[in-house]
Amino acid sequence: MTGNVIVIGGGTAGVEAAGQLARSGIGVTVIEKESTIGGHVRNWHHLFPDRRSSSEVIDYLRKQLKHDNITLVTGELISGFDKKGGSFRLKSSSGKEFHGDAVLIASGFDLFRSERKEEYGYGIYDNVITSADLESMFRDKSILLRNGREPEKIGFVHCVGSRDEKSGNLYCSKLCCITAVKQAIGLKELIPGSKVFCFYMDMRMGGALYEEMYREAQEKYGISFIRGKVSEVSENIEGKLVTKVEDTLAGRPLRIEMDLLVLMAGMEMSKDGEAIDISGKLNRGVNRFFAPADYHFGSNISNIKGVFYAGACTAPMNITETISHARGAVSDVLNYLTNKH
Amino acid sequence: MHFDPFIIPFNIGLYFILIYVVGRSIIWFRNLSRPDKLRLQRGFFGMAFGQSLKEIFLESLIHRKILKTNLRLGYMHMSLAFGWFLLILFGTIEADIFGSHHLNPPHMAIFFRFFNPDHGKTAFENGYAFLMDLVLAFILSGLILAIIKRFSSKSVGMKKTTRLKHLDKIALASLWLIFPSRLLAESLTSGAYGTGSFLTGTLGAWFNSFLPAKQAAYPFWWLYSLSLGTFFVLLPLTRYMHIPTELFLIFMRNSGIRTGDKAGTYSEVEVHSCSSCGICIDACQMSFSAGINNIQSAYLLKAIRKDEDTSGIVFNCLMCGRCDVKCPVGIELTSIRMIQRRAAGAGNGIHNIWHGYLRTNPVPVTAKQPASKPSYDFLPARKPEKADILYFAGCMTHLTPSIKNSMVKILDASGMKWSFMDEDGGVCCGRPLMLAGNDREARELINFNSRLIWKSGAHTLVTSCPICYKVFRESYYLDVEVLHHTQFIKQLIEDETVKMNYLNKRVTYHSPCELGRNSGVYDEPKEVLRHVADLEKTGYDDGNSLCCGGSLANLRLQSPDKHKIASFAAAALSAPAPDYIATACPLCKKTISAETKIRVADIAEIVAESIVKPVANGMKKQRIPNPIETSKV
Amino acid sequence: MNRFGYSLSKARVIDYDANNHAVAEYIAEKEPSFRLCIACGGCAATCTTGNFTEFSLREINILIHRGENRKPGSDIRKCMLCGKCILVCPRGVNTRNVVITAREAFKKFGINAL
Repeated sequence: MTGNVIVIGGGTAGVEAAGQLARSGIGVTVIEKESTIGGHVRNWHHLFPDRRSSSEVIDYLRKQLKHDNITLVTGELISGFDKKGGSFRLKSSSGKEFHGDAVLIASGFDLFRSERKEEYGYGIYDNVITSADLESMFRDKSILLRNGREPEKIGFVHCVGSRDEKSGNLYCSKLCCITAVKQAIGLKELIPGSKVFCFYMDMRMGGALYEEMYREAQEKYGISFIRGKVSEVSENIEGKLVTKVEDTLAGRPLRIEMDLLVLMAGMEMSKDGEAIDISGKLNRGVNRFFAPADYHFGSNISNIKGVFYAGACTAPMNITETISHARGAVSDVLNYLTNKH
Repeated sequence: MHFDPFIIPFNIGLYFILIYVVGRSIIWFRNLSRPDKLRLQRGFFGMAFGQSLKEIFLESLIHRKILKTNLRLGYMHMSLAFGWFLLILFGTIEADIFGSHHLNPPHMAIFFRFFNPDHGKTAFENGYAFLMDLVLAFILSGLILAIIKRFSSKSVGMKKTTRLKHLDKIALASLWLIFPSRLLAESLTSGAYGTGSFLTGTLGAWFNSFLPAKQAAYPFWWLYSLSLGTFFVLLPLTRYMHIPTELFLIFMRNSGIRTGDKAGTYSEVEVHSCSSCGICIDACQMSFSAGINNIQSAYLLKAIRKDEDTSGIVFNCLMCGRCDVKCPVGIELTSIRMIQRRAAGAGNGIHNIWHGYLRTNPVPVTAKQPASKPSYDFLPARKPEKADILYFAGCMTHLTPSIKNSMVKILDASGMKWSFMDEDGGVCCGRPLMLAGNDREARELINFNSRLIWKSGAHTLVTSCPICYKVFRESYYLDVEVLHHTQFIKQLIEDETVKMNYLNKRVTYHSPCELGRNSGVYDEPKEVLRHVADLEKTGYDDGNSLCCGGSLANLRLQSPDKHKIASFAAAALSAPAPDYIATACPLCKKTISAETKIRVADIAEIVAESIVKPVANGMKKQRIPNPIETSKV
Repeated sequence: MNRFGYSLSKARVIDYDANNHAVAEYIAEKEPSFRLCIACGGCAATCTTGNFTEFSLREINILIHRGENRKPGSDIRKCMLCGKCILVCPRGVNTRNVVITAREAFKKFGINAL
C-alpha cells in the first residue's frame, strides 16, 4: 500500500497511530508543536490505576516512532488546511506547507485553566495548586507549601471545570476522579502523617481497576471522601485555606482548614486543535471537541473525507482508550487509502 | 348654512374626548398626594410652566429626542404630531380670517374647504391654500413612513416594532384614514370648484377630468369625519392616549413630581404617556442579544394599561436601566417595573372598568403575604467593635477573592482604622429581596445591618458591590457616608493617602448597571482607571454601557440566554483589544470573565497592583478583627 | 396468609406514592431548571442564610422532589435571595426563582409552615 498521511500531534494518540501506519507501509509525517513527542504524558509522574511510571509510556512511544516511513517535524503548529482533489495541504504558523493524502488529527486536549474558577483562589492563594502542579511535585519527590513546610492537611477538589455550566463545560472529564484517588495515595505515601480529603460530587470509577483503587485509598491509606461541591475558599491569617462545602450526606455545611488544596482540572478542547480548523469546516460537539461522524461506528471519522481523529481531540480519554482509539483510526485511514487508489 | 350631517361623528368624538380628558385629569389631580398637589400648583405658576411649554413643543411636537436617536423614526413622529398641530392651528386661523364669522366652532376649521369650496381665488387665499397643502403633504409623508414601519420596521431604522391588539388596530386604521380621506375630500371639492393648491388642486383637477368630483367628494367628507370621530372615541383605550397624557406628564415632571414606590397618579400618567415607539425594545439587550421580545417596557406599560397579568413580564428584566436612559418621553420605566414587582400577586392595584374607559382609584398596593412568607428572626444579635471605616464586601465579593484581597490591601495601605464587616460572611444587604418585590422583608435585613453599622460608630461605609451600594445609599437611613470602593479609592488618590504607579496597560471599562445608570456613579471609576492605566472607549460608555447579563434583577432569565447577553457584552469590551477589562462589580466580573480570554479585573485589583509600597517606617496596620465573629453578645 | 408482625415504621419512610407531588410539578413547570439539581450542595455551602441557621437549598430541592413538603415549606422562608447560589450552581439552576416559585407553590397548595 502507498500513500502519505499527515498526523497532527505527537502525543500518545498521534505517535501510536503513526507507528501502526508506518508498519503498514504508509509514509507518515508527524507534526508536533513542542520540541519533543509525548504530549501531556511527559508532565505526568505516574499513571493510574497501576501507578506505573509515565516514562514507560514515553519509552513505548519513542519505540513506536522508530520507523523509516515516519518523519517527525517538531516546533510546528498547524493553522489551517485545505483539500484539493484527493490531497490535503496544511499550513503551519511559521509558513511551512505539508502535503498528504489523508490527515489524522490527534491534537489532544488542554487542561482547564483553574484561575477561571476564581472562588477556588488558584493564582490568588499560595497553596492552591492544580493536579498538574502536584504531578510535577511528585516528580521532584517533594511536596512543600510555599513557606517550605510540609502540608498536613490536603484537600482535593473534584470537577474543576468539568460538569460545570459556569465554566461552559457540561461534560464529565472522566479521569479526574481516579487521578485524585491516585494522587491522594501518592501523597499519603510521601507524607504518611498527612490527612487527605477528596471533595466530590460523584465518584466516577468506571475504568478497569478503578474501583479497587478507590477501596484501597479508603482501606489502606485512610483517605476521607466527602460528598459535596466546594463552593468557596478563603485564606485565613495563618495562611490556611478555609474551605466551604456542604457535607451532603451528613446534610450539614462543613468548614475545614487545609494546608494545601489541589484542584482537579478538567479536560477541554485544545486551543491548538481549534487552530487546525481555523475556517470551521469540521463539526464540533456541544462539548466543543471535534465531533466524529458517528459516535458508535465512526468515532475516528470526521465530516470531511480523508480527515480522521485519534484520541482526546474527540472527548476526554485515558491512555488505554487513547491507544485503542488511535489503532481504530489506523484501520479507517488504511481503508480510505485503499479505496481511494 | 354651515351645517351638514357629516360633521356629527366628528363633533361627537371631539366633545367626548375633551370631556373625557377634563374628567380624567380631575380624577388624576384628586388622587395626587398632598405634597404633589402643592408641587403641581407651584409649578403651574412658576418657572416650570414655561419650561413645560418649551418641552411640549420640543418633545411632544418636534420629537427632538427620537430625532436624535433615530432620524427616520423621529421624522415619522414629528410629521404626524407637529404636522397635525400645524394643520389645526393654520386651519383655525384660516377659518377665522376667511370664514364668514370669527371664533368658529372646531368643525369649521377642520372641514373649511367643504363649507368654503370656492376659497382660493385670490392670490392671498391661494398662498394660504398652498401652506395648508404643504402641511398636509408633510403629514402624509410621515404617514407613509408609519405604514411602511408597520409592515417592515427595519425601513425606519428600527429593529423591532411593537405588536398590536385588536382595538389598537381599529384606532390605527382610523388614524391612518384621517389624512388620506382629508386629501381625497379636499381634492375632489377643490377639483369641482377649480380651487386648491399644488396638492389638492392638482389632484382635484385630475379627478374632475373623469369624475363628477362634487358628488364624489361628499362620501369622503363623511369618511374624514367618521375616522376622526372613531379615533377620538377609541383614543382612551389605545396607546394614542399618550397624545393628551404626555402634556400632563411634562407639566408634572417639571413641577418636581417623581414616580416613587407606589402606584399613583404620576405612574398612571406615565403608563399612558407611552407611545409604544419601540425605542426601549431596540435598546434592550434581552431583545438584541437573547432574542426575547415580549417583556420590554413598552409591553409592560401596555399590559398595565390593558389590566393584563404582568407577572410573566415584570420579573423577566435585568433592570439595567438602558431603556430608562433612552425613553424619549422620559418615563421612569424601571421605577414602574419596581412598583409592579412590589404588587406582584396582588394585581396592578388599578383596575379597568367600563371597558377600560375608566380605571379605579389607584390603591396603595400591598402584595398578599405568602404562606411561606420570608422571615429572618433567626439572625443573632451582635455588637461590633468601633471603627472609623467599615468595609462591607457583599455576598458576591466572597466568590471573587481577588477583589476582597485587593480591598484589604488598599484599606491597609490607607492607614485608616477600618473593620471588615462581613469578613466571615455577612447578612445580605436586602436589595435582592427588593428586586423580587419583597420590600417589607428586606426591611428586616436592612434593620439588622443598620444596627451593626450604627453601633460600630463608623463615619464611612465602603462596599465593593454596586448592588449593596445602591441599597445602602437609598434605603438605609444611616448617618454615614456610603461609598463604593471606586469612590473611596478616588478619595485616597485625591488626598494622596495612597500613591500608585502608572501601570502602562490599556483597559476598557464596563460600567456596572447598579453603579452607573442606577446610581449615577460614572466618573470616579473612570478617573481612578485613568490614574493608573490607559482607558479606552468601547462605544458603550456611561449611559449607553451594556449589562453583563448576570443581573440579580432578572429572576426568570435562563442560563443559556444569560450567556448570550454576557458574550455580547464581553465581545464589545474586548473589541479594542485591551490588556484588561476593568469593572467595579463582583457579579459583572464573574459573568464577563466566563465569556472572554482577556483578563477581567475589578478596579480594586488594578489599583492594588499599582500601589507603591509605603516606606518601612513601622506604619501600623489599623485593621481590627471582624466585628461579627469576635464579639458575640 | 397470616401477616407476620414486622412492618416499616411509617414516619421513617418517604411514602412516595402518598406524597403530594403537585408542588414539585408546579415549580418544575414554572422554572424548569429546578429539575437539573444533582444535589452537590454547592448552594448550601456558599449560602448566606446557611451561615446563621439550618437551611439547605439542596435539601429543600431534594425533599420537594420526593413530595416531602413540610420541612421545605418552613425552611424556604429563611432565604434572603442574595443569589450566591446562582453563581456556584454547576447545573445552572435558576435557584432564586426556584425559591420564589416554591414560596408561590406552598401558598397555592396550602402547605403550611411547620
